[in-house]
Formats: sequence, C-alpha cells, structure tokens
Amino acid sequence: MSLRLNVLNISKSFNGKAILKECSVSFDSGGVHVLMGPNGSGKSTFLRICALLERPDKGEVRYVSESATLEKDISLKRRITLVLPGVGVFNTTVFENVAYGLQMRGVKKKEIEEKTLRVLEFVGLTHKRDHNALVLSSGEIQRLGIARALVIEPEILFLDEPTAYIDQENTEIIEDIILNMKKQGRSTVIITTHYMERGARLADRVLIIQDGQIIDKKSV
Amino acid sequence: MNPILTGFKEALTLIFNLDRELLSIISLSLMVSGTALVLATAAGLPMGAFMGLKKFPFRGVIISLMNTFMGLPPVVVGLFVYLILSRSGPLGFMGLLYSPSAMVIAQCILAFPIVSSLSHAAIVHVAPVIRQASMTLGATPFQVTLNIMREARYGIMSGVIAAFGRVMAEVGAILIVGGNIAGYTRVMTTTIALETDKGNFELAIALGIMLLSLSLLINMFLYVIQKKGMVTIVR
Repeated sequence: MSLRLNVLNISKSFNGKAILKECSVSFDSGGVHVLMGPNGSGKSTFLRICALLERPDKGEVRYVSESATLEKDISLKRRITLVLPGVGVFNTTVFENVAYGLQMRGVKKKEIEEKTLRVLEFVGLTHKRDHNALVLSSGEIQRLGIARALVIEPEILFLDEPTAYIDQENTEIIEDIILNMKKQGRSTVIITTHYMERGARLADRVLIIQDGQIIDKKSV
Repeated sequence: MNPILTGFKEALTLIFNLDRELLSIISLSLMVSGTALVLATAAGLPMGAFMGLKKFPFRGVIISLMNTFMGLPPVVVGLFVYLILSRSGPLGFMGLLYSPSAMVIAQCILAFPIVSSLSHAAIVHVAPVIRQASMTLGATPFQVTLNIMREARYGIMSGVIAAFGRVMAEVGAILIVGGNIAGYTRVMTTTIALETDKGNFELAIALGIMLLSLSLLINMFLYVIQKKGMVTIVR
C-alpha cells in the first residue's frame, strides 16, 4: 500500500456558484482522514473529484505511487473506490452486490465466494446474503456499500457521509467497522461527515471545509 | 345448429385432432414472428441502450421518431416493404417478395421501434447512482453499460414481449408482402382473414382460439416478469 493522493488547487462551480476554491491537500497512505463541514459545503463534490467521478474546473488530482504520478486509467480506478451516499444498490441479492467488484476484475469464482463471505461477516450481513438488496434497511444498505467497497481491497477508500440518515444502532456498527479498518491499516480511509464529534472520534486527521477551502487541522 | 356453435365445435375438433394444416400455419407464424423478433431485438436493444446512455446530436428527435414509429400502421409498412422488394424496387433483384423472408422484414420493421423505445425507457429509468456505483467499483465503460442493462432487464423483457405480441397479431403488412400463399406464406392472421371471407369459419375460429391462447400466454409471462421485477421496499 503506497498510493498517495495530492489535490492541487482544485476549483469547482455549479450554476455560477463556486463550491471549491483552489483547494490543495495531500493524503499520505494509511490512516483515517475525516473531512468535516456543514451540508452544502462541497464535501461530496471534493470526494467525487478525488475519486475521479468528476473533473474539477481548475486544478488537478494526482495519484502518486513510488514517486511516479499515475495515469487516471482503469487500473488506477481499480485501486480506489467511493461509497456514495445512496450506495446505488443493484436489484439482485446481497451476495451478488458485494461480489460485483470482484466479478468485474475477472476473479475466479471460488475466490469471489471466499472473499465475499468474509466481508459479509465483517459487516454483519451474512444472514442476509440471499436477500434482495433492495429490501434492506437504510443502515444495512450503508453496510452493504462498505462491504462492496472492502471486498475489492482498495488502497484508498472514500466514504461519503456513511452515517447520515441512519439509526443509532447502525451508526455504531458502521463506526466499529471503520475503527476495525483503521486497526487493520490496509486502506487509507477518507470520510466526509457533518457530525463533528462522531467524525473526530474516528479520525487520525481532521480537515475542515469552509467557504470552499480546506483547512487542515492536522493530526488528532 | 347455430353456425357459430358449429364453427366452434369443428374448430375444437381441428385443435384436438392436431390438424396438419392448422399446425403448419401456427408453426410458420411462430417462425416468421420469432425470427423478426430476434432480429429486431438484436438491433433495437443496442439502439435503445445508445439512446439511453449516450448524448449525441438530434438525440431528442430520434427518440421522438422511435416513439412515433411504435404506432406504425402495418399496412403502411407493408406498402413500404412491397415497394422496396417489388421487381422495380431497389431490392427487387433479390426476389424476396411473397416469401417468408419478406414477412420477416416487414415484422422486423414493426417490432424494432417497440424494442428500442421500451428498452430506452427502461434504461433511462435506472437511477444515475447505479452507473456511478458501477464506476466506483472498477467497472469498465462496457461493464457499466451491461450492468445498467441488467438493472433494466425487466423493462427490456417487457418491451421484447410487447413487440412479439404486436407482430403475432399483425395482418396488414404480411398480407401485402407475403401474399397469403397456402403452405408457403399463410400464417394465422392472414388465414383468419381469408377463411372468414370464404365463410369457412371452423379453421378461422380454430386459429382465432390459438392466437388468443398465445396472446394470453404472452401476457401471463409478461405479468410474471413484471411481478418479479417489483420488489416491495419496507423501510
């Protein structure tokens, strides 16, 4: 794991309104980085640009490995992933949803089964493996989104508001999952949230987004 | 006995005795409409996906045209195909007029806009977050397209089945380009029209019963597919 992310002077506007103004920040590999800010402050836009789902109007996102800047091609995109706020559940079983990323990478069936079951257990969804994913509760859907991301073992995992609009019980389960990931130290985790206290509890490093700019509060 | 009742009685006798003429007409109908449907799906599905997933000049015009063509009058299609395939037409040298191939072409033209328009509608109904989720999970653009089509599968299947129902029940176009030649281009709908004209009701009624049964079967299948696609969300 040596993928680093450098965000260089990115700006983004929607309908003439500047959401991000020349933001620059670097993420070394490892740790949990929490980006905080109120709703509408541009956290999700920042994350989507970092995850290469959107392009900035100005500036650049650079992924660096072994001091070489990587091309933004499919091989790089397969080393990172973003769990969207709505997750984007596929109309199929929980198992198939989680296995999707591995299937797209042409992983062998047996390995898919092993990895998928392991991750389902990690997020506490083993008992729902054969259920249609659309019937899960909001909290379970969020856990499914995390499972779907974890199974592909990303070097950088972006979580956009992972605990928004879900109940206390599921919030705690997801926070435990993130703390476990932190302990395992396999991925760099970058989270956005507007829950300040909860975010700070998970973070190795806190960043605040304010007036379209990112203020680095450094390590917690 | 009432001629209608007599007609029904003799029609049922034909069906239960598996009358050879009846069976050959039904099998030709299924062959022509089935082939037309396969070809229309092979062309209409990628067209529907393209219209649903790509932005290109005059996209709105093409979508509107496809929607309009869903209601194409079969006789107009028949006339158009006739003019193309007639001896003086641009494809007259192929000698396809009054053959099952000409009937397949006509039905394919009728089915194509239905498959492409309903596939397009099903694909655009797939939430944008599904596309983004596929991308974030490392799918290539082609894999993303396949996943969106998989999400739209029930809507797409409904479109294909609706197109099959339309071409099976169609009479105007195939009558013009097929010529209703006994044992060669005579299918269920054209036979019903001809036999009714002749006052030979038993075969017409027997085919009518078979056509209705087939239509019922298709609609039951459609219902099952649509039901399968509906997931009750309790949250």
